[in-house]
Amino acid sequence: MAKDKDIAIKVENVSKLFSIPHEKHATLKASALNIFSKRSYTEFSALRDVSFEVKKGEFFGIIGRNGCGKSTLLKIIAGIYLPTSGKITYDGRISPFLELGVGFNPELTARENIFLGGSILGLTRKELEASFDKIVEFAELQDFIDMKFKNFSSGMQVRLAFALAIYAHAEILLMDEVLAVGDSNFQSKCLEEFNSYREQGKTIVLVTHDITIVQRYCDRAMLLRNGKIVNIGKPEDVGNEYMLQNMSDEEKRILEEREEGDEKSVSRNKDVSITGVEFLDTEGQVRSVFKTGEDITARIHYFTKQPIEKPVFGVAIHTQDGIHISGPNTRTSDIRIPEICGKGYIDFTIKKAPLFTGAYNLTVALFDWNLSIPYSFQEQRYIFRIRSADTNQYGVVKLEISWKI
Amino acid sequence: MKSLQSLKYYGLVRELTLTDFKLKYKASFFGYLWSLGKPLMLFGVLLVVFTSFFKMGGAIPNYPVYLLLGIVLWTYFVEATFSSMASIVGKGDLIRKVYFPRIILTISASVTALITLLLNLVVVLIFMIFSKVSPSVNSPLLFLLLIEFFVLTSGVSLLLASLFVRFRDIAHIWEICAQAMFYATPILYPLSMVPGEFGKVLMLSPIAQIIQDSRYVLITTETGTVFNTLSFPFSLIPYSLSFIIFIIGYWIFQKEASKFAEEI
Repeated sequence: MAKDKDIAIKVENVSKLFSIPHEKHATLKASALNIFSKRSYTEFSALRDVSFEVKKGEFFGIIGRNGCGKSTLLKIIAGIYLPTSGKITYDGRISPFLELGVGFNPELTARENIFLGGSILGLTRKELEASFDKIVEFAELQDFIDMKFKNFSSGMQVRLAFALAIYAHAEILLMDEVLAVGDSNFQSKCLEEFNSYREQGKTIVLVTHDITIVQRYCDRAMLLRNGKIVNIGKPEDVGNEYMLQNMSDEEKRILEEREEGDEKSVSRNKDVSITGVEFLDTEGQVRSVFKTGEDITARIHYFTKQPIEKPVFGVAIHTQDGIHISGPNTRTSDIRIPEICGKGYIDFTIKKAPLFTGAYNLTVALFDWNLSIPYSFQEQRYIFRIRSADTNQYGVVKLEISWKI
Repeated sequence: MKSLQSLKYYGLVRELTLTDFKLKYKASFFGYLWSLGKPLMLFGVLLVVFTSFFKMGGAIPNYPVYLLLGIVLWTYFVEATFSSMASIVGKGDLIRKVYFPRIILTISASVTALITLLLNLVVVLIFMIFSKVSPSVNSPLLFLLLIEFFVLTSGVSLLLASLFVRFRDIAHIWEICAQAMFYATPILYPLSMVPGEFGKVLMLSPIAQIIQDSRYVLITTETGTVFNTLSFPFSLIPYSLSFIIFIIGYWIFQKEASKFAEEI
């Protein structure tokens, strides 16, 4: 078939089953004693009937959460694991490694490591000698070439490893989460190099859980979940589906967390209490994961036996690291509440929440007018999360910004 | 096709062996001399015990060199098998992250030990010159014996390395076996001291055959070898055993190799 000429990797119905013995008979004695008893296994199916094709010259991303089988799949493609069933065919020389710096020895110099690491990647001494200068130049390590690898900074180590990988002359490059290391300067250099790789008709398969890299660099992406392909196609669509999947998973978890946390409720006054907080979106739906720029409403439910005159509701928002982002209360916001009694709620809304990806803790409190009596004070008890699709800014808070030259 | 691919990895064997050597003697003042220390020490002790106390070697011409050669060869066998046994498990990180023929690791551990043996044989040669042992016309045959020894040792190593992935007590078992084999091999004592039938059984071992043959071609023709101990068809047993053991070791290793990454 003419079409097959463009295919670099063809994965057909690949499944991988790990048999995890309940008791590992790591000693001969143990297995001799158990030779007649049936060994019990837990079977774990890491990949189920996975089929896809990667075209030549494509930058292909595989994305998914921890344990979804993406690394297992890459190991099978690299030949490190054998599939339980199914078949993989390649057209082109494949890089047999998944991580940078595999086989480097910290006691050797950079020069020695290039030859050692290179031969592990299947290069001959001749090939290595020919590209030695290029490798050193790319890694920007000309002055350190005879220094011991262990004395390199981690950035230098990564640079050397990446330079070697780039010059390994494979037609299909497999990479597992490599871009997480190195300074941003070097990262972009690597990605540029990937791009020129692609122009030479070489194929890159990258496994990651970073949506931004997939969306920015990949031509096509695949989403795995529990060993199955959920989606395969445009990186934007696949990335968004991954994000949605994470959102709904996290909602479940937060709900569970909250149920567990109920007994820990701290109420200073039995007659007055904040009975709970719900997070609502603009449509009034209860949610706990929001997107950057959405309105987030915290509905604070309270209950008092006696009427309280001029109460003040206060909230505080903290990051998980304990950074206090904001702490408004009704009094400083010029809201006067004459009296509350019985059951009720008050809505606190963060408009167009300018927060980036992360979890945020909400503290809610109920005071008297002078802020001297805390009727109820629940410190950092409520959690909401933000998932940001914005990749143009990093940090905690999204600022309104402009540039001018 | 497959063997062609393995040829490509010849460079890897060399690099791994070089690295082993560099690291082994790194930052030690005497470097390689340390690996001579062990056999020489054993040699010294045994020489005193067996020439002064027991007067066992008396019948053999040039007994000290004869003893040294035996010890050096035996040391190679022990070191090669022990370092190869751990070669797969010790490089678990590499195996989980990159694909290359796994046999490379075990072979390069064997080659490292072989290089040490060759260096030690130079020392034996120096001893021979001092003891005024005149080399016989058969001396070049030592080369063939060393090839046989390497094949045998690699076979045992491959078997041990693949078993060690699954059963860690192989290390202890092998230690005991090696000790028993040391005494069951005519290294210290001349074969002539062993009562007839036992001597024949001992000579069935390829290690005994290699050590005795080496002594025969290098030092003295007045030593028991397979050919003057066993009758014709039986005398071929130790030679063929070397190669049979290699084939078994290789076969088991290759059968297990694809699962190493998961089992380590």
